[in-house]
Amino acid sequence: MHYSFNWALIFSDEYGRWFLEGLSITLQLSGLSIILALVLGTMLTTMRLSRIKPLVWFAVSYIEFFRNTPLVVQIFFWYFGSDPILPDFFKHWLYQQNIEFAIGVIALSTYTAAFIAEELRSGILSIPKTQLEASRATGLTFLQAMGYVILPQAFRIVVPPLISQFLNLIKNSSLAMTIGVMELTYMARQVEAHTFHGFEAFTVATLMYLSLSLLVSLGINQYNRRCLRVSR
Amino acid sequence: MDTFMTWLSGLFSNWGIVWKNFDYLLVGAYPQGPLGGLAMSIVMAVIGIFGAFWIGLAVGLMRLSSRRWLAWPALVYIEIIRGTPLLMVIFWFYFFAPILLGHAVPETDSAIAAFIVFTSAYVAEIVRAGVLSLPKGQTEAARGSGLSHTQAMIYVILPQALRNMIPSFVNQFVSLTKDTSLAMIINVNELTLSARHIYTRTMKAPMEIFLTIALLYFVICWVLTAFSRKLERGMSRYQSRETL
Repeated sequence: MHYSFNWALIFSDEYGRWFLEGLSITLQLSGLSIILALVLGTMLTTMRLSRIKPLVWFAVSYIEFFRNTPLVVQIFFWYFGSDPILPDFFKHWLYQQNIEFAIGVIALSTYTAAFIAEELRSGILSIPKTQLEASRATGLTFLQAMGYVILPQAFRIVVPPLISQFLNLIKNSSLAMTIGVMELTYMARQVEAHTFHGFEAFTVATLMYLSLSLLVSLGINQYNRRCLRVSR
Repeated sequence: MDTFMTWLSGLFSNWGIVWKNFDYLLVGAYPQGPLGGLAMSIVMAVIGIFGAFWIGLAVGLMRLSSRRWLAWPALVYIEIIRGTPLLMVIFWFYFFAPILLGHAVPETDSAIAAFIVFTSAYVAEIVRAGVLSLPKGQTEAARGSGLSHTQAMIYVILPQALRNMIPSFVNQFVSLTKDTSLAMIINVNELTLSARHIYTRTMKAPMEIFLTIALLYFVICWVLTAFSRKLERGMSRYQSRETL
């Protein structure tokens, strides 16, 4: 084993900045994608729980298809193969953006939306029907019952799994490097290629991912302690 | 109307390229050359889940142990792996297996090693949840009848817990099958890289090519998922009777 460590190199001005830039792109990518995924996921759940057959079928097939195909393939599909199916005005808009980043956001949010839709659905379905009936019987209107009784409970149940979906999203955002988005993993690879000090480069990137997910899971624990204590 | 028709015919004109290269998507250059394509993905997923089962079982049981020096390393391992993207783990093995071993390592081998190490952490959590989900009375009764802790584990707890875990194992296998697509980043010729080869060679029909492999992955994963749901339904009936 002939490998000499050089940690100073990694924390030098140039490469240190590369890592921070990568981390910032990772955060932007995941932040933007989780917002879009929440919106899309809520829409999908609404369709899935509605009584309109075509909407239910659409939601079910969307969820099944996106959950059961690899994210890399979806990224490649959007990046290389989506040209014939996207409308022209959208393509015009897309080409004015940073195209790799935009495709990364599209792929990550459409993928994560399928998982979020399932979490939301099981959260809503886990509230017993008697809760609604009981609150109606005490004289609340339907909207009041929803607003004060059902949704607060459903929200509490759904938050922890949603946060862990966000965690998955942060980790999945590393796949955007396959189309050249300069996020954390891409930058680590770049530093490795420039310095031949892969051990240090990957250690730094791994530690950055670890501290991100540690922060998020600390958040889950805090939440569980403060909000779920009362529920049972 | 005319533009719509040309658009529509454009959607159907390129599928010949997929059809001509379909055998490459399924098995790569095999039998003239090395195995690739879908067959390679499946081989990696099967070897990966087999390895991950045994290591994950060991780590999961270590995690459950009341001895700190067994439980802590398991906990650290699980938390580190679950907080790291798989792509990172793949790079770790790709760059450091040759340095540690002192000789070149085939990409396929380091990819499989990465899959095993990565998936084991998730399997360990499944094992832990499976054992913890059994009623405590099972252990107490087994110990009460004179079995040692190890005997109680092997003859009473694990047979029941493992059976309950089967659906989760199937789901983990589905995840791994999808995850094998990441091996393309270090040049393992599995299904996704085969598709990219075809696209780089022809520079045509990217939509058709990537849609086709998405469907191939989908068929495998969806059939397995449906199977695990069926198992789960069958078991929940059985289990509810058990716990009553």
